[in-house]
Amino acid sequence: MTMTGQRPGRAKQGPANRPALSHRLAERGIDKLLLLLLPALLFALVLFVYPFVYGLGLSFQPKTGGLFGAYVKFFTDPSVRGLDSIWVTLQLALPAALLNVLVSVPLAYKMRGKFRGKRALTTVLVIPITLGTVLTAEGLLNFFGQRGWLNRFLGVLGFEPLQLVQNYWGVLWSLIISGFPFAFLLILSYLSGIDPSLEAAARTLGADWKQRFRRITLPLLAPGLAITFCLTFVLAFSVFPSAILVGDPSGSTRVIAYVAYNAWGQQFDYPLASAAAIVMGAVELIVIVLVLIWRSRMYKGSTGGKG
Amino acid sequence: MSIHATSFETLELENVARSFGGQNALRNLNLSIRSGEFIALLGPSGCGKSTALNCLAGLLPLTGGRILMDGKQIDRLPPEKRGFGMVFQNYALFPHLSVEKNIAFGLEMRKVPKAEIKKRVAEAIELVQLGPHATKLPGQMSGGQQQRVAIARAVVLRPPLVLMDEPLSNLDAKLRLEMRTEIRRLHQSLGLTTLYVTHDQEEALSLADRLVVLRLGEVQQVGTPQDLHEHPVNWHVADFMGYRNLLEGVVERAHGEAVTVSVLGTTVTGSAQVPLRAGDAVKVGLRPEDFDIAPAGTAPAGLASIDATVEVVEYQGREFAVEVRSDAGKPLHVRTARHVEPGQRVTLTATQDRVLVFPAELASAPDRAPQLQGAAL
Amino acid sequence: MSLALKPKSDAAPQGTKRALAATPGTFLIWGSMAVFLLLLLGVVSSVVVNSFAKEWFDTWLPAGYTPAWYADAWKEYDLGQVVGTTLTVAVAVVGISVLIGAPASYVLARRSFPGKNILMLVFLLPIMMPPITYGIPLATLLTYYHLAPGLTGVILANLVPSIPFVILTMTPFIEQINPSIESAARMCGANMLRLFTKILAPLLVPGILAAAVLVLVRTVGMFELTFLTSDSTSDTLVVALFTAMTGAGIRAQQSVDAMAVVYMLMMMVLLVVALRFVNPTQLVSQVREETD
Repeated sequence: MTMTGQRPGRAKQGPANRPALSHRLAERGIDKLLLLLLPALLFALVLFVYPFVYGLGLSFQPKTGGLFGAYVKFFTDPSVRGLDSIWVTLQLALPAALLNVLVSVPLAYKMRGKFRGKRALTTVLVIPITLGTVLTAEGLLNFFGQRGWLNRFLGVLGFEPLQLVQNYWGVLWSLIISGFPFAFLLILSYLSGIDPSLEAAARTLGADWKQRFRRITLPLLAPGLAITFCLTFVLAFSVFPSAILVGDPSGSTRVIAYVAYNAWGQQFDYPLASAAAIVMGAVELIVIVLVLIWRSRMYKGSTGGKG
Repeated sequence: MSIHATSFETLELENVARSFGGQNALRNLNLSIRSGEFIALLGPSGCGKSTALNCLAGLLPLTGGRILMDGKQIDRLPPEKRGFGMVFQNYALFPHLSVEKNIAFGLEMRKVPKAEIKKRVAEAIELVQLGPHATKLPGQMSGGQQQRVAIARAVVLRPPLVLMDEPLSNLDAKLRLEMRTEIRRLHQSLGLTTLYVTHDQEEALSLADRLVVLRLGEVQQVGTPQDLHEHPVNWHVADFMGYRNLLEGVVERAHGEAVTVSVLGTTVTGSAQVPLRAGDAVKVGLRPEDFDIAPAGTAPAGLASIDATVEVVEYQGREFAVEVRSDAGKPLHVRTARHVEPGQRVTLTATQDRVLVFPAELASAPDRAPQLQGAAL
Repeated sequence: MSLALKPKSDAAPQGTKRALAATPGTFLIWGSMAVFLLLLLGVVSSVVVNSFAKEWFDTWLPAGYTPAWYADAWKEYDLGQVVGTTLTVAVAVVGISVLIGAPASYVLARRSFPGKNILMLVFLLPIMMPPITYGIPLATLLTYYHLAPGLTGVILANLVPSIPFVILTMTPFIEQINPSIESAARMCGANMLRLFTKILAPLLVPGILAAAVLVLVRTVGMFELTFLTSDSTSDTLVVALFTAMTGAGIRAQQSVDAMAVVYMLMMMVLLVVALRFVNPTQLVSQVREETD
């Protein structure tokens, strides 16, 4: 092996005894290894940051209406009804996310330990996430439809058939089918990360299960709950194909993603589509930031788990 | 035996420094290592000893100073070009490679011919007595065996310098003693120049030819084990060298080396380690084994004596470790062969040359508050 | 030589087994889980049954069964090409994103440097944002540069969330590898290239496989980004399914369901493969499950 890089004792002592640049950079953790980040950074800049900035710029250059024309159109134009679509989306996403998280907590708490068939159960629960919303929608149309198995069963019991698809409820159900397993598995893994001996300790100190849950588990779980809520909310807030397939995209499930897509793919109004996309991102970020602010007031340290 | 170290004449560390985001982890380390020496870097955690080792290895870039090997500057070379061997605290064996492959790895990197690799690996395995385990994976071995592999992996390269980063601290007490002897034996038989980092003074004293005591990134004292043990330069080094009793006091009278200090409500005469004057705040250092313990009232007259009550007695083989509480309220540690009972009144005495008196202030980095003050009291 | 004692792993907490006994609360909890699973079963099986149905009107089960709809759907929707496109896109996205994401995740797992938090944010945002939000400007731009609609556009768009996903998935795997193993390799004389090929790559195989299968599953299932950037020749299966469902009602429902079953089978095969390498929980998050 040749001894390259063997520089003669060239003084790296700059004037006034300042350490060499490489020394000063090394002190802050900067060296050649960081070059490995470059390809990923380049992709992120070219395919994410640049388009985003481009879209932002585009949203301020509508054909008519001046700088804020696209936004004005989004919020006020009766054919766009952007404000309505925000409410429609939130009315779907917030209840769906809340329900998914709230139902998951007691379920995951009961199932946090080891039991036979746990892996099988988690595997089954991954299926709807894997299948995605399009297939779920197709299944819901069949299963919940006027002549589907569910209404047939209700008929046997003597109930009137329910209108469960082509409306708000169809979309909510599809959000639950794909969102609940997601929330459940996340919370289950957060709960598994809490050292079981903490609860055992609380038990030896005389806490019953309610006290243990409220005083020990819940505070340690809170950060995980916040993250789970955020991710479940993002999933629900993005609702798009199922709003079209099992919803009523011209009325009660006219979600913001649909409005944005409509402007983009049907009307070819790119500034309006960009404005809708930007508003969509902004609304989502507001909700997430609110949740994270709540979270930042919680205990954030280790949960004593082995991870 | 063909494992013999390639060598250098001297390895010089000149003002070596390393800081992390403005925090100095190591400053102005000056050290000259001669071929064949066994040097221990000793200090509590966070004293900069591992930083020093990593800087020398090339794993951490320096932020100041130079490292010269036989006059050639090597501190810009990446670790793989320096050719040193290293043994890590957590063994750092490659988990996916067998014992043989682990040991052969460095030779393969150096493009040593296959036949020679085989021969040298076999020798190294023999050297650390791991013959029956050659094809095992590291995960299937005990901690002591893994550390033997790690040592074999380092010495098989015949490196001019072996760096050892607390190699014994993950082992249990019995194994630690065994491995300590092993390391010493290897050093003697192979003539490996070794730099050994540890926080365990006993380990350092028993292994090293020379010790370097570090505190808060700065060298406190360099010397032979005997130097440091008998003549620590300040109370911090004393603390590390087993002077478990460090008592705060004030100088009353000074006659050259002999100083009389008021401490624990009485006066003690000891030897000043630096010139001291009356009124100086000092720390008096005493090793547990330098006390003489006697039932109250039976102490020989003429020696400084401290009256105390026995609190805890631990049987430790041939001796007792005794904790007493002086009448002034301070706990003191004593080792003695004499049998005493908890609650018994005793008098402690010590000869003047074993009572070391240090200035209370450490001449330390001005930008750092001494954090170890009173650690022994 | 004495053996190093390893601490025994803690036994499962005592209460677990008892907690599953039938108290009313437990009953309710298992009951709601059962209802959910029934719902899931109904949704999936009604698609499967319908895809084989000769005719199915006002009855519990179809009047007769036939596999003919599959042949029909295969011809009608050109499924051969669609499946081919889907696999092409998925393999390309997996390959590129692992190649680019793995080195980046190494640096992010090992180093701290100024601006790291901002960088992490840039990598996290594509995962936290609804795909439509960045998909629309991206598709506009790709169209402008004539990269979309088409295969290139589909691949590029799918890379946006995939690269960050690889980074997030692999980071814990890299953190698991003790850094002193790398130091040891370098002390043994390995340069960075050898370190990567001889030590890190073999140790990272599980992490790379996990990231690859996760990206594969997500890409095949990704609807929005593909929908925005594809044309009729570059539709993936999920987009083709959507188009068929929203298309004019001339086509028999059964042949759409046959296509849905083909998609479902493909996903199930991927899922089975994926679960060989990762935990079910990893399919939804990077939180590592400790209990299995």
